This record gives sequence, structure tokens and C-alpha cells, in this order.
Amino acid sequence: MKQSVTLGKVTKFMGLGFLSTFKDLFTGKLEKEDYKAFLRKVIVPVASVLLFLGLWHLGAKALYNVEAEFRIEKALNEQGQAAADDMAACIASGDTSCQPNTLPSPSQVWTSFQSLLNDHALISADKAAFKEKTAALNEKRVAEGKDPIVYTGRPSFVDQIFRSLKTVFAGFFLALLIAVPLGIFIGLSPTLKSAFNWFIQIFKPVSPVVWYLLVFMIVKTLLIDSSEDSSFSISFIAVGLCSMWATLVNTSMGVSSVDKDYINVAKVLKLGNFQKVFKIILPSSLPLIFTGLKITLSVAWMVLIAIELLAQSPGLGLFVWEEFQNGANDSNAKIIVAMFVIGIIGFLLDRLMLSIQNWVSFEKTDAI
Amino acid sequence: MSTIIENKDTIITKTSGFPSKDVMLDLKDLKKVYPTPKGDYVVLEHLNLQIKKEEFVTIIGHSGCGKTTMLSMIAGLNPISEGNISVLGKHIKGPGPDRGVIFQAPSLMPWMTALQNVMLGVNQVFPHATKAQRNDIAKYYLQKVGLEDAFNKRASDLSQGMQQRVGIARAFAIKPKVLLLDEPFGMLDSLTRGELQDTLIDIWNKEKITAVMITHDVDEAIFLADRVVMMTSGPRAKIGDVLDIDFERPRTRKAVLEHDDYYKYRKHLIDFLEH
Repeated sequence: MKQSVTLGKVTKFMGLGFLSTFKDLFTGKLEKEDYKAFLRKVIVPVASVLLFLGLWHLGAKALYNVEAEFRIEKALNEQGQAAADDMAACIASGDTSCQPNTLPSPSQVWTSFQSLLNDHALISADKAAFKEKTAALNEKRVAEGKDPIVYTGRPSFVDQIFRSLKTVFAGFFLALLIAVPLGIFIGLSPTLKSAFNWFIQIFKPVSPVVWYLLVFMIVKTLLIDSSEDSSFSISFIAVGLCSMWATLVNTSMGVSSVDKDYINVAKVLKLGNFQKVFKIILPSSLPLIFTGLKITLSVAWMVLIAIELLAQSPGLGLFVWEEFQNGANDSNAKIIVAMFVIGIIGFLLDRLMLSIQNWVSFEKTDAI
Repeated sequence: MSTIIENKDTIITKTSGFPSKDVMLDLKDLKKVYPTPKGDYVVLEHLNLQIKKEEFVTIIGHSGCGKTTMLSMIAGLNPISEGNISVLGKHIKGPGPDRGVIFQAPSLMPWMTALQNVMLGVNQVFPHATKAQRNDIAKYYLQKVGLEDAFNKRASDLSQGMQQRVGIARAFAIKPKVLLLDEPFGMLDSLTRGELQDTLIDIWNKEKITAVMITHDVDEAIFLADRVVMMTSGPRAKIGDVLDIDFERPRTRKAVLEHDDYYKYRKHLIDFLEH
């Protein structure tokens, strides 16, 4: 039976079913009873976003006023009325030197976002120019057996996003490669289960920071002769070790809790061990394995920020930390931009896993 | 009708004395004990039953009397405490495809298609046949149970009744010596149940595989069986009575219902169950 692939099906499959309501809206296919659904699925979320932005704006304004008044008061107490008037005028003029430094408003965050994009465009152009300029020289250097000259300028915000994604996927695949096979063996053998149980119970709750330090101790020694920057290896290994537990536990649970009826069928048919594992046990535990992998990916993304920050590995975590240390006028706004980017990417990663899960497993999971 | 000889706590049923070379399945002095903290719980004791080649036997009794325990012991899925079970004179050791099972739940792999589910068994039992031959066997039995349009439908997309049809096809396709059916239609509505009984008996009339079927349904027991075995209530359940059903085969539901003996048989079974 062939199923036609429509936009509606694809979006629903990816857990983005609400998009099809928009499509119906623009193609005028909305039925009377659809209005209720339209109200619930489109109007209510849009309204709540607007409400959120409004509250944020008001809150930011209130905090701004508190800080501004404090500055004027301070100038008044320390330097007298003239200084206070100067300060008030300075704040009102929007001069960057004396702006209150507090929670940025939505519009400031939007401006920062655009400036980060502009910055990316500038850096990309710079990089392209550098590449062009050094192309001939590098060719010569390579021919002479020397290392080519690489661009060492600062990375843009977008570069850092991609660097973070690279780290998180490297960590995720490390977790997958360790946790899935190990989980299968633990699930199949009660002996292995009791051998590993204490290990899992003790190491599962350990904080990402400690994992980072542990990996740092080991990798630093292993790479003692290498002049290469080890921050990437350290951060992705730490991310993988932090996040693999959910997959390990779910895989072993899925494998050990296969429906008894299926096992009985395998027994009656006298399936060999290989067939039993690959034809019955693995397919039936796929939903749980994927639930584990989904948790692993979101945990990996969450701990990544902290680990990048500690490892001084370029990426969103380091970006946030540097902006915080920097303390420039738009630093706070940039931190909030990073927060939204982190949140949105986390959401998209979750949807990505959900659609892979729906694709490979027999149980259809609805988006939550 | 069988004769029953009663010793203190033993009931040995001597079925109308057929020669031992005709015996397909032989349960001798079977016992099942589950150890509990309060002492042993004896589910079955002194259970003796012989089943002929090409015989269809239904087993009826109250819930929890140990029917399913007995059947899963025959299947080899549940260890025997005492006594033994033999198929064609050979003691059974564990489960095997010589005893096909149709479970109460369809127990299909939901991620496989109907055809793949049947092929799972066929591949195992006919490893030397070519791929095309095995495919033909699986398809033949799926056609026999009326699923010629659903070869490539995933089991999870089939209705419960259709899933159990696949279960029937899977059991027959491995050509077992004995077919064990554990209340296979218990979860279906009565209309679907009737259809599946017809399907089962059609395919059975062609294959004539010795069958042991557990049921709660008196009419089902009479319609399908050559003999109905009644089990006493547990603990220490054993065979209480055996009733021969002398309707001709192939039978139709209509002919059975209109037969003079039908209500006699039915009364016999209901009297047993109510006492």
C-alpha cells in the first residue's frame, strides 16, 4: 500500500502539525468547526507570545528605572545636585557610557541579534578575503611540506553555534556508541546487570562539571605530547559521558522487558540467539531506546553550555561566558539572544529525534 | 463414551482403547507444583491423557483450574514437576516447532508485516527450501485464512481478528505434529469468533493436525472437537470427565446445531461445569 506524502503528513510526522492549520488558513480551506481548533492552535499561542513579550518589556522597563534612579541617587549623594542632573540627562540621552546595565528589553535583544548577524557577515567576508589572499602562499607552503596559514581571527556568533552543534553531535554519537551496545548486553544478561548496576547508580547523578574535570585529568595526560588544542576532545567526551546514562538505562530496560509473548514465540520457533536479538528483542525495544536517545540528546545540549564554558572550548557556552565577563553595554542583550538560540536549537533537536523515532519504530508517538 | 476408574485421589481415563501406535500425544501422571512460602501449591496432579493422531480435543474447565498450565507444559514453555509428556513416544525436552502454539493474544511482532510474521516460522522450519518456496508456503497459509489482501500490512495495522488469523496461518505453516491452542478466540467478539472458528476448522479439515484447544465456550468446544476433556477445579486439578462428540466431519455449524445429540452433549458439559 503506497501512501502519498503531503505537506500535512510531513509536518504532522515531525510534530509540527500546527503548521498545516496555517496552510489551511491561507488556502481558504477552513471549515466552520475548524475555527475552534484554529483559535486554540494559532490564536492562543500567538496571544501568549505577545503577552510574554509585553510582560518582559514592562519588567525590563521597571528594572531599568530602578537602576537609573539608583545611579542618579548615588550621584546626588556623592557629588551633589549638579552631578545628579548630569547623570539624569546622560541616561535620558541614551549615551552608552552611563546606561543602566540590567535585563534588556525585547527590542534591545532584537537589535543585538541583528548586530550579531551583521558581525557574522563582516567576519565571513573577512575570512573569505583572507583565504583568497593566502591561497597562493598556502599552495606554496603545502608544496614545501609546511602547514598552511589558517584564519585565526575571532569566530562569529554563527560560527560558534555550528561549533557547539559539532560538539554536541560528537558527544551524542559517543554516548550512542557506548550506551546502546552496553545497554543491550546488560539487558540480555542478569549477571552483567548486577555487575554494572552499582556503576550506573553511582555515576548517573554526577554533575557535568565533575565529569568535565575527570575527562580533563585523563585527556590532558593522554595528549601530553600533542601540541593540539584538546578543548574540543575534552568537551565532547565530557558531554557524551554526562548524557549517555538515559540511553544506557532505557536500552537495558527495553531489552530486558520484551513482551513475554514474543519470547514465547521465539522459543516455540526455536530461533537462534542471533535471530532472537536482531529479529525480536531489538525491534521491540526500539521505542525505549529512542526515548533514551532523545533524552540523551537534550541532556547533551543542556550540559554542553556549562562544559564549553569550563573547557574554554569555542561555542555558545564560551560566548555566553565571554559576554558576561565583557560587560559591554549590549552584553546582556547578547546573552539573552544566546539563550533564545540555545532554546530554539534544543527544541529543533528534540523534534529531529522525534521524527527519527516515528520513522523507525512501530509505535507512533505524539508530540508533546 | 469413556470409562472412568476411580482410585482414592486418582482418576485415570481410559479412552476407548486405541493402539499405542496411533497415540500422538501422551501425558503420563503429570504434576505441576509451584513452591510458595506457605508450602507447595499443586496445580495439577495425576493427570493422564492420550490423544490420537488427527484428533481434535478441546479442554474445558473453570478459570484458574490449570488448563493453561497444562497446555504450556505440553508446549515446553513451563517445566514439568513430575510425570512426562511424549510426542509419538518421545519425551519432550523444552519447546520446539513440532508443537505449534496459537496463543491467547495474537503475539505477532507488530513491526513486521503479516507475511514476515509467518515467514519467521517458515524460515526456521524449512531452512533448506529456496526463498521462493518459503514465500509460497507462507502466502498459501495466509490465503487459507482469508488474508490474501493483507500480506504486506503491518501486524499493528490489522484488527484483532485479522491478527489472530495470522496467528493461525503462522502455526499451520510450520507444519507441527501437534497444534496447541490456548483460548485463541477468547478476546474476540462473538461474530468474529464464529468466523474464525469456521476458518480454523476449514484449514484443519485439510491438514488434520492433532490439536489440543483450551476454551471457555461450551458451543465452541462441541463444534470443533472429536473429544471434549473436562477438567476439575484446582488446586490438584485432573481430568474429571471425557465426552466423545460423534458428529461427522466436515461439519457445518448449521448441521451441528440441528443435530439431535447437540443438546445432549451441551447439557452434559454444562452439568459438569455447574457441579
